[in-house]
Amino acid sequence: MSATSAPGAVSTAPAKKPQDAPESGAKKARNPKRVLVYVLLSLGLLIMSAPFLWMALSAFKTSQELTASPPVWIPTEWTLDNFRDLLDKLDLPLYFMNSVIVAVLVTVSNLVFCSMLGYALAKLNFAGRNKIFGLVLGALMVPGNLMLLPLFVLMSKLHLIDSYAGLVLPFAAGAFGVFLMRQFMQSIPDELLEAARMDGAGEWYIFWRIVMPLVKPALATLSIFTFLGSWNNFVWPLIATNDPDKYTLPVALATFATDPNKAGGSNGMLMAGSFLIVLPVLVVFIALQRHFTQGIATAGMK
Amino acid sequence: MRTMTSKAAESATVQAGPGASESPATGPERRRGGKKSSMGVQNLAGWLFSTPFLVLFLVFMAFPILATLVMSFTDFGLRNVTRPLDANFIGFENYVNLFSDGKFLKSLFNTAYFVVIGVPLTIFLGLVVAVLANNGIDRARTFFRVGFYAPVVTTIVAVAVVWRFVLDPSDGLIAGLFSEVGLTSPDFLGSETLAMPSMIAMAVWRNLGTVMVLFIAGLQAIPTDVREAARLDGAGAWQEFKGITVPLLRPTLLYATVITTIGYLNVFEEPFVMTQGGPSDSTLTVSLNMYREGFNFFHMGYASAMAYVLFVVIMGITVLQLRLLKDNTK
Repeated sequence: MSATSAPGAVSTAPAKKPQDAPESGAKKARNPKRVLVYVLLSLGLLIMSAPFLWMALSAFKTSQELTASPPVWIPTEWTLDNFRDLLDKLDLPLYFMNSVIVAVLVTVSNLVFCSMLGYALAKLNFAGRNKIFGLVLGALMVPGNLMLLPLFVLMSKLHLIDSYAGLVLPFAAGAFGVFLMRQFMQSIPDELLEAARMDGAGEWYIFWRIVMPLVKPALATLSIFTFLGSWNNFVWPLIATNDPDKYTLPVALATFATDPNKAGGSNGMLMAGSFLIVLPVLVVFIALQRHFTQGIATAGMK
Repeated sequence: MRTMTSKAAESATVQAGPGASESPATGPERRRGGKKSSMGVQNLAGWLFSTPFLVLFLVFMAFPILATLVMSFTDFGLRNVTRPLDANFIGFENYVNLFSDGKFLKSLFNTAYFVVIGVPLTIFLGLVVAVLANNGIDRARTFFRVGFYAPVVTTIVAVAVVWRFVLDPSDGLIAGLFSEVGLTSPDFLGSETLAMPSMIAMAVWRNLGTVMVLFIAGLQAIPTDVREAARLDGAGAWQEFKGITVPLLRPTLLYATVITTIGYLNVFEEPFVMTQGGPSDSTLTVSLNMYREGFNFFHMGYASAMAYVLFVVIMGITVLQLRLLKDNTK
């Protein structure tokens, strides 16, 4: 985002890029400090990534090495047995598909509905607009736990427990999305929309054909956050599914991990499972990391 | 549904033109070409664009929030899942019972413990990493930012499973470190005194990235010339940090503190996966307690009262934090 790419803003004392520092004497004087910063950060990074490394390495260990004492760090003999055992015991492809279906539906509906309201709040002058915006801000502050019990009763009454609809509907349009889209849409010049209205374009056409293409970066940010939020969501899927065939990945893994009769003791299988859930997320995150930090910063700075 | 809305909105813009002019918008004034018909169209379009969100909001959020409140004054139990209206109104009984319920008081204490230690640690370490990472050149900063932020995006359940193994006293990562120096690892999650600190360590590890990203954004928003002026006046690095960075970072600090506190007050997945609240309820948090009362024992009225107590606590603390940190700036 602009924060990263604006070189002018990077300027606590030793921050100048080497090629930018005109006086090489000053540069040298700052070097020891710089080295210290790098050492500290690298140490921190090692601690941060240790659990991931431990997980990834353990997923490929044999059962002897998993339970060896003192523990083995790097497998001497890499094996896929843990993955094989896990797939035998746990229908991961099914849970993977459940997670994908739910996350895609949640993401698409958020993109459409949050953008619609975001557009109305940013660009349409209508009675009740401020009240609706107040509602959105209020909704941002309410903890999810407050809704769980009646939501479960409601879904039971609607016979939506163990259905995709039951998993998707409570998350189909989030306040965060509305807030984000409104922020971005406000920066679109009114004159542009006014010109389109003069030419006889309807509001839906303006929204869909003019505004939406202009806020593609915001849509990308919202998609990533919503998809990931749904992918990682645990509490509601735990409550809204009883039938193991409708479990999402986190629910399946947690049920497997906390049931002593199932995986209980087998850390190898659990590391393999965690590896398979975390890996796609990490890959997506590293590929799109700019959008993440941008989204967090945008939400925080406003 | 989507296509219906689209058709409705489009036909609205075509038809509503002249007829709608007698209902001028009452919203705030906007410089907008002064065409009254356009106002009417916008009034209608505004509501049509808001409808899908509002319907979902009312059914799946506003209604459940109010229903929780109503349920908290009833003896709502398992049989009421199919017949909600049969629940009996019992006034404040649930709330009164809560405060003589040792288990609830313990969960309240555990949650407070988690927040009081966890939030300052997360904020402090996040700030330290942000200040350090902000000093690196661009490419290195991105590298470190990605590394420190990675735990935030990963599935909490998987991460909690991994941490359970990391802390395993016989063959975990930490046990390995202990044995390298010839010591035996304590049973972190099996000990009443160590289970909660272990969970706090994991939460700090996982949430530090969010705070760091916020602080980096905040640091970069501080104008360069303010710093340069300070340095010209002979301010040292520490003085600059205290006199300029910290005060100008206060809004970010406020935001980061508030969202971290709210997140930690709701802590659920970590104890659910790592300890199931044990040993002897030493990691039973309010959210986990509420989940158990509601969905394992089906004491839903009682669990609703718990949810509202937690909500009031969260609101109270948030308001307090906003006050305290705002006052300090003056």
